Amino acid sequence: MSIDSMFVHKMWNDVELEHMVKGGIPYPMLSDGGGKVGTVYGVYDEVSGVETRGRFIIDPDGVIQGFEVLSPPVGRNINETFRQLQAFQLVRETKGAEATPSGWRPGKKTLEPGINLVGKVWKKWKTKEAFE
Amino acid sequence: MEKETGVGCARPTGGPVGEEKRTESEAIQKPFKEEQTMIKVGQKAPDFIAPGYHKGAFVNVKLSDYLGKWVLLCFYPGDFTFV
Repeated sequence: MSIDSMFVHKMWNDVELEHMVKGGIPYPMLSDGGGKVGTVYGVYDEVSGVETRGRFIIDPDGVIQGFEVLSPPVGRNINETFRQLQAFQLVRETKGAEATPSGWRPGKKTLEPGINLVGKVWKKWKTKEAFE
Repeated sequence: MEKETGVGCARPTGGPVGEEKRTESEAIQKPFKEEQTMIKVGQKAPDFIAPGYHKGAFVNVKLSDYLGKWVLLCFYPGDFTFV
């Protein structure tokens, strides 16, 4: 979503993005002229008149589980976004019985939050795992 | 999920996703107050309707039509930018 019109979205897709993504952009490219939606989400910059790089993970109940906002010159890390999405999906599938510690990626071990874990995280999880 | 559309305007519906919204006129007269617009994790996303382009068609997208699915909502400064 950006402040560009849907006509500009179409041209960007047809002229440039189709050459970068086979078949063009697969998801809807939304138009937020005037930044009304961006304002509600806290990502519209009134001074420059554009949206900043805001990214929101919204679960199937419509609840915001995470967000990240960067100023325009720095691009995002899409792998980190997918990692967070997979982690939230795992937590949801296990109904919160499992939680993902720092550095978790799919396949790495999870923690089971509860009274038995109090003071014992150091036995189950090593600091270096945050950097692996 | 998406309706093909003519030219329209993006607009917040004035309510959270999946919950009763205020009437259109009420939402216009009383926009969200500053403290209500603070986005917090664990809270419902503000619902909106926005026009867009999707696979060869101009469409209208309503966020709450995606209830039941995971949604990644991304904002960016502008088309044809380079980051």
